[in-house]
Amino acid sequence: MEKGTQQAARPAWKKLLQSVGMQKLIVFLALIAIYVFFSIASEPFRSKETLVSIFDASYYIGFMAIGVTFVIITGGIDLSIGTLTICTALIGGTLHDTYGWPIGLCLLAVLAVGLFFGLLNGLMVSVLRLPSFIATLGTMMVTRGLGSIITKTQSVTYPLASDVDGWYRTFFRSPDNFPTGIVLLLVLAVIMAIVLNKTRPGRYILSLGSNREATRLSGVNVVKWECLAYVISGGFAALAGIAYAATYSTLMPGTGNGFELDAIAGVVIGGTSLAGGVGSVAGTLLGVFIMSTLKVGLPFIDLQPHYQLFITGLVLIAAVYIDVRNSRKRT
Amino acid sequence: MGEVILQMRGIDKSFAGVPALKKAQFELRSGEVHALMGENGAGKSTLMKILTGIYRRDAGEVIFAGKSVVYTSPREAQEAGIAMVHQELNMMHHLTVAQNLFIGRETMKLGIFTDDADTEAKASELFQLLNIDIDPEELMGNLTVGRQQMVEIAKAISSKARIIIFDEPTAALTESETKELFKIIRDLKAKGIGIIYISHRMDELKAITDRVTVMRDGEYVGTVITRDSTKDEIIRMMVGRTVFEAPKEKSNVKADAPVVLEVRGLCAGFVKDVSFALHKGEILGFAGLMGAGRTETARALFGADKMDGGQILIHGKKVEIHTPQDAVANGIGYLSEDRKRYGLVVQKTVQENTMLATIEKYMHGILVDDASCETETESYIKRLRIKTPSVQEEVSHLSGGNQQKVVIAKWLVRDSEILIFDEPTRGIDVGAKSEIYALMNELVEKGKSIIMISSELPEILRMSDRIVVMSEGRKTGELSIEEASQEKIMHYATLREHESAAS
Repeated sequence: MEKGTQQAARPAWKKLLQSVGMQKLIVFLALIAIYVFFSIASEPFRSKETLVSIFDASYYIGFMAIGVTFVIITGGIDLSIGTLTICTALIGGTLHDTYGWPIGLCLLAVLAVGLFFGLLNGLMVSVLRLPSFIATLGTMMVTRGLGSIITKTQSVTYPLASDVDGWYRTFFRSPDNFPTGIVLLLVLAVIMAIVLNKTRPGRYILSLGSNREATRLSGVNVVKWECLAYVISGGFAALAGIAYAATYSTLMPGTGNGFELDAIAGVVIGGTSLAGGVGSVAGTLLGVFIMSTLKVGLPFIDLQPHYQLFITGLVLIAAVYIDVRNSRKRT
Repeated sequence: MGEVILQMRGIDKSFAGVPALKKAQFELRSGEVHALMGENGAGKSTLMKILTGIYRRDAGEVIFAGKSVVYTSPREAQEAGIAMVHQELNMMHHLTVAQNLFIGRETMKLGIFTDDADTEAKASELFQLLNIDIDPEELMGNLTVGRQQMVEIAKAISSKARIIIFDEPTAALTESETKELFKIIRDLKAKGIGIIYISHRMDELKAITDRVTVMRDGEYVGTVITRDSTKDEIIRMMVGRTVFEAPKEKSNVKADAPVVLEVRGLCAGFVKDVSFALHKGEILGFAGLMGAGRTETARALFGADKMDGGQILIHGKKVEIHTPQDAVANGIGYLSEDRKRYGLVVQKTVQENTMLATIEKYMHGILVDDASCETETESYIKRLRIKTPSVQEEVSHLSGGNQQKVVIAKWLVRDSEILIFDEPTRGIDVGAKSEIYALMNELVEKGKSIIMISSELPEILRMSDRIVVMSEGRKTGELSIEEASQEKIMHYATLREHESAAS
């Protein structure tokens, strides 16, 4: 009973820290530090417009990252999200440009394509037991090629905000220039955080990422839930496609390569372990904001965008190092 | 013992045409602890996997609570009341204790949200019932193995199991945890739950079981009442022949045999001030309970863990051992208790494993000389009687005993003078055991020296020329084989720190 009293005395702040997680706290402080650093270093950075561009740069990476968080928690990886994002947007745009579908229907088609490829990835990994790295590498190539085939390698243009069919852009930018996209991103993040932590699908995805066999032997249908993680990833890649189309009007086939790495970097910086079993949507968002703040901020201190890659790489290595050190301490 | 709740009859099962079970049978009463024994590969696990819905039987009948049943998934079996506490603990280390307990059957709020507060309360209740003190909010990964197992048991009980299967439950437990476990098992028994107990440890059978069923080569051999039968009878049923396990009567070491290894005041972690000497041609047994610090001593000596203090002398000369490379260079070979993790690269071939520590001696410039590697490996396969189709066989396909021989071969190729065997026969069936013993005797006859760590007293008494006993990180006694007995060893093995000073 001695131990029981000890537990009761466990201080509240320690409990809070355990539930929030050390890594997330560090990442949050790092984000603040980066923002403050740019604000001190450059006067023009301290503007509302800069903040809006940081948000703009966060939408599509953010959606991809939220989705792929679920896959990474299972211990897998989804490399197809970058090209899938562009592929879905290209298909939607072609349906609008060439076939004259109303934009609402096109957006539904975008979602459907994303979910379809997510399901395909999920089935390959969970049912056929292909290594996720290879399965999604295949899908990455397929979707990149498919985008070019469908568009006949022509670029695709989405309707502008001023067009009749441009209403969908208000999801991301209101007519009076308010960045509504950030609200959408946060709302979806909150929903997905709840799904991850407070519902069965989330619990089982965490569980099977921690120990797939044990979860299976507990009577959980691991094939179904593992598959679902990829479907979520595909669905969010489609949302990223819509966000991308709404932020940047013209899409080129053959692009999208490398987006997935930005998203995965954000996820990992946010404390989700590539070994599976651990992860959070909030951490992922923080990681994504670090990426986009660097992307937008570096030009303000006269560093060209390619420095962003260099510095992001260092941040990523540091984040993984913290993760590895923490998990080693745990065992 | 109550009425019969489970009957398995005429169970057949083959994998890819190879029969694993032939007309196997098993019976369990409520409130009974029924041991299932057999060498590795006898079909115990397969039979249990059929019972729990992991495998499907090819033929036969399972009657549970009066009804003929077929389970197609672990979940179905669980829902029907058959739970299994697995040997390799099936835990999600990143989830909390309560989340682990109720995985797959969480309480829900509003139909979609998991209700952790409720499962935590249920977990507390369950632990109170079992009289174990575990915080349901703690992360599983932070618990000791023993505690994790308690959670597994609690999980089985919470699923309203009427049959609980324990697969080698004490393999990773300390003495006191084992006692705690047995107490829980007795409680379960009193509640009328039927318990199937799989174990290799003979002494546990007497302590906890009511009946013993023995299997051999996938077939049912027989069932006996534990208290009416002897250990030898059960072993005879398992192997189909009598095993001679008499202790060694006197040391085979020559009186003038030189000291090859001397350890003075070794400290490493909780291991404090351990000193001993190993003679040429000697088997020095290291006895003690789980967690006494024997493996830690060996690992420090081998350079696998940091040594905090002390000296190592080989042939009277002081040597520095900081890494396993240093140890190997000084002629020490270490055969880990966990072969699959530390001893072998199981996805690699017999040849690759055998040559692993010595490969630099078999080079043509920068290329590996495969031909001479093969000849060398083949000579050791013959010498050690390793049963393998070829040198190119993947080690994972060999039996435990033959895997152990491959590890031995690895160190012999390296020409190690001092071999540390850590639990040399763990997980190895009785037949292969005696082969390993014969091999160890052959090695010392040829002038090798062996340190043998073992938790099985009969093994210590059968093999050792001299015995070092450890307890709680200290050496508490040293016995010559002539004066040693199980009782004396246990006396030293249970000595506490303040008592050992006096002894």
